[in-house]
Amino acid sequence: MIAIENLCKSYGKLKVLQQVSVSFGTGKVVSIIGPNGTGKTTMIKCILGMALPDSGDIKMNGASVLKQHAYRSQIGYMPQIGRYPENMKIRQVIEMVKDIRKDVKAIDEELVGLYGLEQMYDKRMGALSGGTKQKVSAALAFMFNPQVLILDEPTAGLDPISSEILKSKILKEKKNGKLILITSHIMSEVEEVADEVMCMMDGKLKFHETIAAIKKHTHEERLGRAIAKIMNEED
Amino acid sequence: MKNLSRHIVQITTLLLLAGLQVQATTLKVCATCPNTSIRKAIALAKPGDSIVVDGGVYREGTIDIKKPISLIGLNNPVLDGQFKGEILNIRSSYVTVQGFTLKDVEVSYLSDNAAIRVAEASHVKVLNNKIENAFFGIYLQRADSCEVRGNVVHGQATTESGSGNAIHLWYCDDIRVQDNKVSGHRDGIYFEFATNSHIQGNLSQGNLRYGLHFMFSDGNVYMGNTFRQNGAGVAVMYTKNIVMQDNLFEDNWGAAAYGLLLKDISRSVIKNNTFKRNTAGIYLEGSSKLDVQKNNFENNGWAVRLLSNCEQDTFRLNNFVGNTFDVATNGNTVLNYFSGNYWDKYNGYDLNKDKTGDVPYRPVSLYSMLVERVPPSVMFMRSFIVDLMDQVERVLPSFIPERLVDANPSMKRI
Amino acid sequence: MNKIIKYVLYDIIRNKIVLAYTVFLLVLSIGLFNLGGNPEKAVLSLLNLVLLTVPLISIVFATTHFYNSYEFMELLVAQPINRKKIFLSEYYGVAFSLSAAFLLGVGVPVLLFGASLTGLYLVLTGVFITFIFVAMAFLASVITRDKAKGIGVALLLWFYFALIYDGIVLFILHYFSDYPLEYASLALTALNPIDLGRINVLLNLDVSALMGYTGALYKSIFGSIWGISLSFGLMLLWVLFPVLSSKRIFSKRDL
Repeated sequence: MIAIENLCKSYGKLKVLQQVSVSFGTGKVVSIIGPNGTGKTTMIKCILGMALPDSGDIKMNGASVLKQHAYRSQIGYMPQIGRYPENMKIRQVIEMVKDIRKDVKAIDEELVGLYGLEQMYDKRMGALSGGTKQKVSAALAFMFNPQVLILDEPTAGLDPISSEILKSKILKEKKNGKLILITSHIMSEVEEVADEVMCMMDGKLKFHETIAAIKKHTHEERLGRAIAKIMNEED
Repeated sequence: MKNLSRHIVQITTLLLLAGLQVQATTLKVCATCPNTSIRKAIALAKPGDSIVVDGGVYREGTIDIKKPISLIGLNNPVLDGQFKGEILNIRSSYVTVQGFTLKDVEVSYLSDNAAIRVAEASHVKVLNNKIENAFFGIYLQRADSCEVRGNVVHGQATTESGSGNAIHLWYCDDIRVQDNKVSGHRDGIYFEFATNSHIQGNLSQGNLRYGLHFMFSDGNVYMGNTFRQNGAGVAVMYTKNIVMQDNLFEDNWGAAAYGLLLKDISRSVIKNNTFKRNTAGIYLEGSSKLDVQKNNFENNGWAVRLLSNCEQDTFRLNNFVGNTFDVATNGNTVLNYFSGNYWDKYNGYDLNKDKTGDVPYRPVSLYSMLVERVPPSVMFMRSFIVDLMDQVERVLPSFIPERLVDANPSMKRI
Repeated sequence: MNKIIKYVLYDIIRNKIVLAYTVFLLVLSIGLFNLGGNPEKAVLSLLNLVLLTVPLISIVFATTHFYNSYEFMELLVAQPINRKKIFLSEYYGVAFSLSAAFLLGVGVPVLLFGASLTGLYLVLTGVFITFIFVAMAFLASVITRDKAKGIGVALLLWFYFALIYDGIVLFILHYFSDYPLEYASLALTALNPIDLGRINVLLNLDVSALMGYTGALYKSIFGSIWGISLSFGLMLLWVLFPVLSSKRIFSKRDL
């Protein structure tokens, strides 16, 4: 579905991504993990075309996405921190995006309903709490039935119930054959939803394996320990 | 003494004429009259006779008048020059020409052909004639004590070299030029070596070069004339003792146009005139001892351009309203005097209520000096930096001539 | 793209600055027309005002708006929309709304009290100046991510074109006054859109005669239909250059 080839990106002297090559298939939940500042968000931004890579290529269904924009109709994105025009109301934001994505007929408003966003439709974005903004972001990401979902720290600001709603939604979409990329630091959560783990460190790909393979390889029952073990092996 | 003897001569001649008048006859010229030719009538006439021409168009080439007769037109007779030479050539004193239309005088680069020429004569009257499409209109040379009144001279000049002047005086004295309307010529009224004359109530407009142009013509009085939309306005040069009063100079716009251009003029009075919408209201070069007072300068580009070779000129009680530049000069030496004028740009105050401002006004702006020195800087006219510069300079003068100042500007329009 | 412009306009209209700007211009224009009595004089005063305030307000407002719209643009960038379209929509949104404010605030009074060819040139110049300075604001905004720095650059640009540039050229003209600088000064005006606009309007007023030989030269160039087209063409270049270069930077930049 998505193939990243020799992706390099630097901000000034800082090399954020170095020769990252990885590919993700459909019907999978891939968790992207790694310490802070290892380039997870940058990689996501590269896939979305928000950051432009210095070299390397990103392909979606075999075609390069660089300098393209139409492919983004196949991606739903939930940012780490949702930033919205403060003057707009929830209703206006959702309606605007719907207006822009008019081509999509089948609109999935499940999360809007589950999160009870309709009751808050007339609140200004600027007045919302971080968690509520995350709910709006999540609802928007799933709304247009994209083939790929990219969720950047999706549960960071959500309360436990909302997290559960999101997780079950993720699993549901996985069953619909979608590729879901999640960055997260919470290993229990990763273990719950993910099939594969992609681990990054200092801008490089450390490993990309299925959870089962990792556990088997490290002889650990819990994913957190398994990963910690792999990390320590390096030193 | 000289004057007295002149008067005696005049009176005797008048008495003589009065004596002649007793036997004076009137000859008639018209299509059905015994006389159908003006030329023949003149040949028949005795001094003091009148010839009345009643209507008709006369194509008789150049008609010479060499005896003191009156040529009176009734019902608008037309003298057609057919573009061959001149029309009326007056070489005798005491001739009157009145009520004709003269048209089509040949343009020549060799001789100054005129519709009416008065040469070496005195007491000639040219009254209420209409002159159309002439090279020169009314041409007086070495004449004195003549009167040119109520004529309309309209030319169709297109180039300066291919056109003459509407009313042209050369070596004349004591001429009265009054209530004429002149247009479409090179110069409307042209004086060279014409002295002690009176120019009043004329309208000169739409001439190619100057509405009024005179040189070496001392002691003349110009009153109540209007000079409008002439190519270069009014130019007066190399003259002293003139009075210009109650005239209107307006709409003389153009890169080289002036309301009134003064060059080497001295000991003269310019009073109660109005200068409206001229590129430069008055331009003074090498002029001295002028009394410029009670004039209105309105909406001119430059109200007064005073070159630094002018001295002892006085500007009093004038109104300066709506001009882009009030006064411009090209140097730092200022030997002229401004006092009691009204300046609409003045923003001082009058605490002691004596109707003159307590702070002196400096009518020269820094920018006007810059434009004078560097003409391309006009492209910054009305730009922010120019306004800023002028404001700063007005508060802290350092470049503008310190002595060009009106120490007691009037608070109210005079 | 029209949809995005719609939302940009919607956002601008709501924050009331544009409304205040319209009222400000309207009050000034009506005041000037009713104060002087002579409409031509009012047009001249209005010209000074337009050439000073319109660039300033346009550039400051547009820069602030650009930085305040980052969230909006981020939201849109994740959607299947060309970045260039997002950028141009922002540009058109700001330029149209400020131009509309100008047309209401200055254009309508000019039409009512001083309708003339000069008035038309004044309004046209004002609209061009708005487009030019919004474009410059966007250029300043895409060059730096820091809002304070961006506004600083924008103010410097305004200061440069409103004042410093003229000062430099005046200095040059004065310093080289022994040389024939008519054509040089003509070329130099083309390098400042504010000067270009001012001369365009002035030459259509009577004051052109004041400009002597230089003015006659300008008039012969600017006065013809070719000259008018040329000067408005140059103004168009002044719009296009910053818009296209900032669009290029924006589409090649990380968000």
